[in-house]
Amino acid sequence: MIEADLTIILPEILLSLFAMLALLFGVYTSKDKMAPLLTWATAGVFVLLAAWIGLNGGGDNVAFGGMFHDDAFSRFSKVTILLAAAAVLVMSQDYMERRGLLRFEYPVLVALSTVGMMMMVSAGDLMALYMGLELQSLALYVIASLRRDSLKSTEAGLKYFILGALSSGLLLYGASLVYGYAGTTLFSGIIIAAGDGQMSLGLLFGLVFVISGLAFKISAVPFHMWTPDVYEGSPTPVTAFFATAPKMAAMALFARVLHDAFGGATADWQQILALLSVLSMFLGAIAAIGQRNIKRLMAFSSIAHMGYALIGLVAGTAFGVQAMLVYMAVYLTMNIGTFAFILSLEKDGTPVTDIAALNMYAKREPGKALAMLVLLFSLAGVPPFLGFFAKLGVWQAALDVGMVWLVIASAVASAIGAFYYLRIVYFMYFGDEGEELDRGRSPVLWVFLMGSAAVMLFGVINLFGIEGAAAAAAATLVN
Amino acid sequence: MTMITFSFYLFAISALTGGLFTVISRSPVHSVLWLILTFLSAAGLFVLLGAEFVAMLLVIVYVGAVAVLFLFVVMMLDVDFAGLKAEMARYMPLALLIGLVLLMQLSLAFGVWQTSDTAMAAREAVTPIGVTNTAALGLLLYDKYFLLFQLSGLILLVAMIGAIVLTLRHRRDIKRQDVLAQMWRDPAKAMELKDVKPGQGLL
Repeated sequence: MIEADLTIILPEILLSLFAMLALLFGVYTSKDKMAPLLTWATAGVFVLLAAWIGLNGGGDNVAFGGMFHDDAFSRFSKVTILLAAAAVLVMSQDYMERRGLLRFEYPVLVALSTVGMMMMVSAGDLMALYMGLELQSLALYVIASLRRDSLKSTEAGLKYFILGALSSGLLLYGASLVYGYAGTTLFSGIIIAAGDGQMSLGLLFGLVFVISGLAFKISAVPFHMWTPDVYEGSPTPVTAFFATAPKMAAMALFARVLHDAFGGATADWQQILALLSVLSMFLGAIAAIGQRNIKRLMAFSSIAHMGYALIGLVAGTAFGVQAMLVYMAVYLTMNIGTFAFILSLEKDGTPVTDIAALNMYAKREPGKALAMLVLLFSLAGVPPFLGFFAKLGVWQAALDVGMVWLVIASAVASAIGAFYYLRIVYFMYFGDEGEELDRGRSPVLWVFLMGSAAVMLFGVINLFGIEGAAAAAAATLVN
Repeated sequence: MTMITFSFYLFAISALTGGLFTVISRSPVHSVLWLILTFLSAAGLFVLLGAEFVAMLLVIVYVGAVAVLFLFVVMMLDVDFAGLKAEMARYMPLALLIGLVLLMQLSLAFGVWQTSDTAMAAREAVTPIGVTNTAALGLLLYDKYFLLFQLSGLILLVAMIGAIVLTLRHRRDIKRQDVLAQMWRDPAKAMELKDVKPGQGLL
């Protein structure tokens, strides 16, 4: 019996085994000299696992008595998470190494955190959810303060840790209420106890607390306070990691809890999510206007984007989940490209994060500036780039359930948000003559930047077919 | 009053007293000692519930390891607890207000709370009949909740790696013992035997 269960979670087992072997290898060989090799190897393992999960899996398998779900939804999320994590690892190797930050524990911690994310998106039980979430977050707290002699980095780690612990507390309190009033921690049991729209008040309290805890993890307003400081303080590659894979995992987990455990009570959580979504979009758009630091700016940008992705969940339909998945995949691609650009910004070997340093960037490096222009337009949601079509998808989902006001609100927020993206474009093309930045020297970053920009351009043709996969994923979740 | 009721009230009162004094006692060392009393009383309550394994675990792990560790930390660290308390006092009115509001909200909600019908049915029998406590726990942990058990192991591993990554520093300016180099030294080269004549020096 256990063999069947173990076969289903084989990808997770393999990744954890790899992480432990890498740890032993790192400890017993030449320590940090092996770190670049380990980083590449970890990224390679991620890509292999993604290919395996994406091409091999089929059907809807349940392991450990319903605690672990291997279905199209979890497979879609896992492939996205693994690919994003691999991309960030590869991008970070050069940057971290030159600043003496590349310790061999870095890829190991990223791998373990990815195991946590894979558990999160497959969770079918409140306890499994919590275990995955903690495994993911604990590794993230550590890598946030990886640059331990920098005050900002340690502050970022500490802040992330304390607020993360608080959010875990909220989540656990909610989970205990749900358990108390549903009598089980299994999602399949909770959905029966929650019934069709007639939920007991205790369960509703639990649901609200669980949603608050999860909103912390995706940094939706009003649970976003940690995001700008953590993004600014962490080493830039770590920020890039925070902005990609964990966001996807938390969003997928959100969808799973809402539909698998509380699918019968859509009306109860719809209004909460709509509020979170509108607040996130507006705060992300307005608060970013005053930011001069590009990492803080990306933090607010990610808050706003979580708001747009939440619209898909607000709709509460299979199409809404599909639109959310597509949105997240596009968001991840855009962020990887943007962070590849940010990582390549440096002056005399030290990283630059002030957006004023981008003055007249286009004159010196027209290719990279053009790619960045495409990415920024896409982030702002300007047609005809991919970001616009991702937004169109979630708007369509909201319109289908008659939430016109939400669509109008998000269009307004999107227009406000476009200002700060376009300001960077303005600096790059029409700014004053300023100091010169170093020429980009990393071919890896160049490839990611150009690749991501190309995706934004050519993806509009057919979204590379992920729409079909996302639709299949959403269909297994919502029924 | 039967013996069981009497012991319940005894343990419950001492647990509450211990908890109260943990919070309000002035000296942190006293706080830890009161905490130990709380743990022991809680262990007694567990025995009354028939969960003797958990009770022993509480005594061994919490009293034996965790509380003693607390005691060491409290005694070793020179933390200005009085200052911390003064800081806390500043925020006390606000914290009390928020606590009061939360309490009122929850008590309002309690009035109309009801459990779902399926909840009672779904709740599993706490102690299976005919199995000892330890065996029942083992069955749950290593069989039903095997996945979660292994995951908590991974979490602890991450915690350990994290603690090492964030605190370990390799210092290069100190001499270290190299055991292999010591063992591989050739005694013939390292030592020289001199035959010292009686009454003469080595020069």
